[in-house]
Amino acid sequence: MSQKITSYPGHEITPEDLKASKYLEIIQKVEPKYSWAAGVAISRFLNELKEGRLIGRKCDQCERILVPPRMYCERCYRPTDSWVYVKDTGTVNTYSISHVGTDARRLKSPLLVAVVEIDEASPGMGILHTLSEVEPSRVTIGMKVQAVWKPAEERQGAITDIRYFKPFEGV
Amino acid sequence: MRRRVAIIGAGMTLFRRRMLETGKELSFEAAKMALDAAGLTLKDIESVVEGSAPDAFDGVHMKGEYLIDGSGGIGKPYQRVYVGGGTGVFTPVAGWWNVASGLYDTCLCVAEEKMSPLHPHPQYAFWSIFDQILERPLGTTLLWIFSLEMRRYMHKYGIKEEEIAEVAVKNKGNAVDHPCAQLGAKITVDDVMRSEPICSPVKRLDVSPPSDGAAAVILASEKVAKKLTDQPVWLDGVGWTLDSTHWTNRDLAYPEYVEKAAKMAYKMAGIKNPRKEIDIAEPYDPFDYKELHHLEGLQLAGKGEAPKLAIEGVSQRDGDMPVCPSGGLLGVGNPIAAAGMMKVCECFWQLRGEAGKRQVKKDAHTAVAQAWGDLMQVGTVTVMRS
Ligand SMILES: [Zn+2]
Repeated sequence: MSQKITSYPGHEITPEDLKASKYLEIIQKVEPKYSWAAGVAISRFLNELKEGRLIGRKCDQCERILVPPRMYCERCYRPTDSWVYVKDTGTVNTYSISHVGTDARRLKSPLLVAVVEIDEASPGMGILHTLSEVEPSRVTIGMKVQAVWKPAEERQGAITDIRYFKPFEGV
Repeated sequence: MRRRVAIIGAGMTLFRRRMLETGKELSFEAAKMALDAAGLTLKDIESVVEGSAPDAFDGVHMKGEYLIDGSGGIGKPYQRVYVGGGTGVFTPVAGWWNVASGLYDTCLCVAEEKMSPLHPHPQYAFWSIFDQILERPLGTTLLWIFSLEMRRYMHKYGIKEEEIAEVAVKNKGNAVDHPCAQLGAKITVDDVMRSEPICSPVKRLDVSPPSDGAAAVILASEKVAKKLTDQPVWLDGVGWTLDSTHWTNRDLAYPEYVEKAAKMAYKMAGIKNPRKEIDIAEPYDPFDYKELHHLEGLQLAGKGEAPKLAIEGVSQRDGDMPVCPSGGLLGVGNPIAAAGMMKVCECFWQLRGEAGKRQVKKDAHTAVAQAWGDLMQVGTVTVMRS
């Protein structure tokens, strides 16, 4: 605001105004429903999740293994070349303890979320997921984790076929 | 041949959690103030650019078209631009194309946002920016990516939450002197540290509020600007770049897309040593750590070194390089697109010496405004000179 301007426009509606119904409100609910095609690359990825496996795509030019997979390499701007299975283990790149849900309302119990860099994919290739079976205070960046899968009969070809990642127990 | 472009007027409305005015009315108020400041009427304006962020906030599709009459765009070459949170600074960038290209001599740039319509909370709109197949089923909220990025930034450079909190203290304090501010307050690092954890490490006072509001500037070609004012502020550099939406495949500790945008703008403006040549910075600060992240991307601090600026006083209003003297999004408020434009307005007023109680102590000639957004992927930058 410039000091040359002494009054500035706008009328605030305070929470008290809302409570007292001082102003009219026009309320509508908009409920569109969508059915998305998962695409060429992600359809395969989802089908592999159903089998309890993670898969990426390899670009022979930059030699990256891309997870999530894409049919084209966005850096080389050419089609990717082959499907490559990768491990269902990885490393915590970063994590957060979320106390809020999608609509900003408080969650009953906090949720651990993380970017997990997937083993055997190229460095930095992470996916978003949740962590469990670990105290929030014990999570660290660089921690090794492994996928905990739903039982085969409950898997439906969705990212939630992995229930969460937990601390890696192998060697 | 590219023409020189000047800002010759600026205006803005109050920023508040919920405003009575519609988006059209807010756009009108900000645009009218900018026109009056430039000594022009709508008849003098040849083209109009409107910036507004997700349609999902309003529940109005074709928001650009909806806003057109409030923005003064009827019957003129009118454009709505949108790059998420980067929109506010992208709006004058698009305006710059209009004038620098030689197509028009005057361009009105308006940025508007009403976040309040969406219930129960505007955050809900952000759920739908995530990948619908691989990410939304996990129950995403935008706060996740901020907290994940903040943690990665802290980890990489060994930065403490207390150091980051200094930015919230500075910006909310600066906003006390902004007549349009929503959340100006004198707070302490302790207040930030003790505020409610939302998405750890992000706490309540690390975050800017949702807001309604609008802001506008008038751009003019050199010839027209010199006729209308003795104090044009030159828009000497613009830059913008985007990364992909594969944000989990990205270095979360450093905003490379901001670096690229900044280098584009600096090159255009002939700036070789940004830290020496930039007098005032208005980087995008929806969260306190984002100011630091962006200062590094803008080449105004080394990687991991931005926290020192507030602590050592450099970025305070009376410092050597004031950062967010407006009060930023943390203090003035964050009506997404309007918030970025507010930063451009602040640079304009500061460079003209009109910022009153907020006027920086140093003799300032060059300022940079920057915004950021979409799925952690866009940097938009403008360099201004008096
Ligand atoms: Zn490639």
